Amino acid sequence: MQDKKQIITIKGTREGLSLFIEESATYRDAMKELHEKMMASKPRRDEPIVSVKVKLGNRYLTEEQENELRRVVSVDNRFKIDSIESELIRIEDALKWQEDSEIKAVNQIVRSGQVLEIKGDLLLIGDVNPGGKVISTGNIYILGNLFGIAHAGFEGDHDSFIVASYMKPTQLRIADYISRAPDYESDGVYMECGFIDGQQDKIIIDSLKVLSRKRREISGFERRMNNG
Amino acid sequence: MGEAIVITSGKGGVGKTTTSANIGTALALMDKKVCLIDTDIGLRNLDVVMGLENRIIYDIVDVIQGRCKLKQALIKDKRFDYLALLPAAQTSDKTAVTTDGMREIVAELKQEYDYIIIDCPAGIEQGFQNAISGADRAIVVTTPEKSSVRDADRIVGLLEKEEMKESPRLVINRIRNHMMKNGDMIDVDDIVQLLSIDLIGIVVDDDEVIKASNKGEPIALTPNSKASIAYRNIARRILGETVPLQSLEDDKGVLKRLKRFIGMRA
Ligand SMILES: Nc1ncnc2c1ncn2[C@@H]1O[C@H](COP(=O)(O)OP(=O)(O)O)[C@@H](O)[C@H]1O
Ligand SMILES: [Mg+2]
Repeated sequence: MQDKKQIITIKGTREGLSLFIEESATYRDAMKELHEKMMASKPRRDEPIVSVKVKLGNRYLTEEQENELRRVVSVDNRFKIDSIESELIRIEDALKWQEDSEIKAVNQIVRSGQVLEIKGDLLLIGDVNPGGKVISTGNIYILGNLFGIAHAGFEGDHDSFIVASYMKPTQLRIADYISRAPDYESDGVYMECGFIDGQQDKIIIDSLKVLSRKRREISGFERRMNNG
Repeated sequence: MGEAIVITSGKGGVGKTTTSANIGTALALMDKKVCLIDTDIGLRNLDVVMGLENRIIYDIVDVIQGRCKLKQALIKDKRFDYLALLPAAQTSDKTAVTTDGMREIVAELKQEYDYIIIDCPAGIEQGFQNAISGADRAIVVTTPEKSSVRDADRIVGLLEKEEMKESPRLVINRIRNHMMKNGDMIDVDDIVQLLSIDLIGIVVDDDEVIKASNKGEPIALTPNSKASIAYRNIARRILGETVPLQSLEDDKGVLKRLKRFIGMRA
């Protein structure tokens, strides 16, 4: 017992604590030692709450295990978990991540009554006719005319945007925002993009110049790396 | 071996039946063996436009349900030896016709006729599915109105999923020149661009068409009206001829930009 290697190493940093869990230890042993250590270093009632970064190394936690870890660490609410980092990712998650960050090129006319739905960014080479609809979880790039409906960031990404060679859409949708064409007859615009303007809290259409200022990480991959 | 062409549109009243009757007649004028099929069960029309209503004894449902042979149901035209019509049923239940039944009929007719022209009902339900099931090619009819073009687009989308010899071709019907000039109708050019299928003809809106239909003498039989020439030109393009759009089909202004859409394929 006494010469057993430490499973849990705690380091103090300026932001709080870093908590390393030795990756060769069993999960049960790790939890047991973690519980003891946390109890021992628990701040007193009058001290501020300490934030903790958990580093798992090459260990993967299931959702249940992660919940337990959170419970054990935040004893009596004296600790707050900042992040849990693992070097590992499940194949399933990796594939989804990859899928969500790919650009998918599709060459077709999306005609009235048709819906084209994809994961990730959509590069459509062709028109979206009135009554047609394109949906993606990321950005939408249309090399053609957008007359129908385009819905970017379908799963909630507010940073996604819609670009088209020519836009005269019936509706633009980004995440949970919707904007529609005016009721009067109007001309479309060439080479512009639609995105959510944070200040106005609505979708606006502006030149591509503006887009490059507002959305620096145009590549879906980088964007999602940063957003986690 | 003949070829089956379905005339379809999605929307009703845009000129499918008129187009079927006139293309059929025009092909017959060029000595082709033609059989027209009316698949609009319950709303039979083609026989009236062809002036053959009084000769109907059996119809397509009788053929499918085995009450008569296909040959017995065919009505020979009064003007041409090799123009026939298989009429729709007027009363029977719509579900009587099936895609398999249609395919069999069309296959049999193709043995004897050069062209089978199938007049499709409006809509995208079973009647539409039946009408297109035996076809080798499709002609989509639209008028220069938003709703009609929208439906044509829907139909083209559905046709593109079928295994046909080529992508559908477009007839724009009932063009009114003065309205198009004033911008009160969608431009022919814009329609072709939106649907992005080959244009095979444009037909002006002409009272003579209605008069001719009422007489049971398709307009294609009159030598010199604009609509008649337009239909006969469509027939020639079906036969593979390169026929430029005549100024007679319409007035010059609208047509200048159109040249590039016509007669581009072999
Ligand atoms: N080019 C035309 N000019 C004038 N009237 C037309 C023309 N084409 C069709 N019509 C008229 O429009 C109406 C609908 O045509 P029809 O061929 O019966 O349409 P559908 O078969 O698509 O329902 C008919 O009264 C017909 O005479
Ligand atoms: Mg009809």
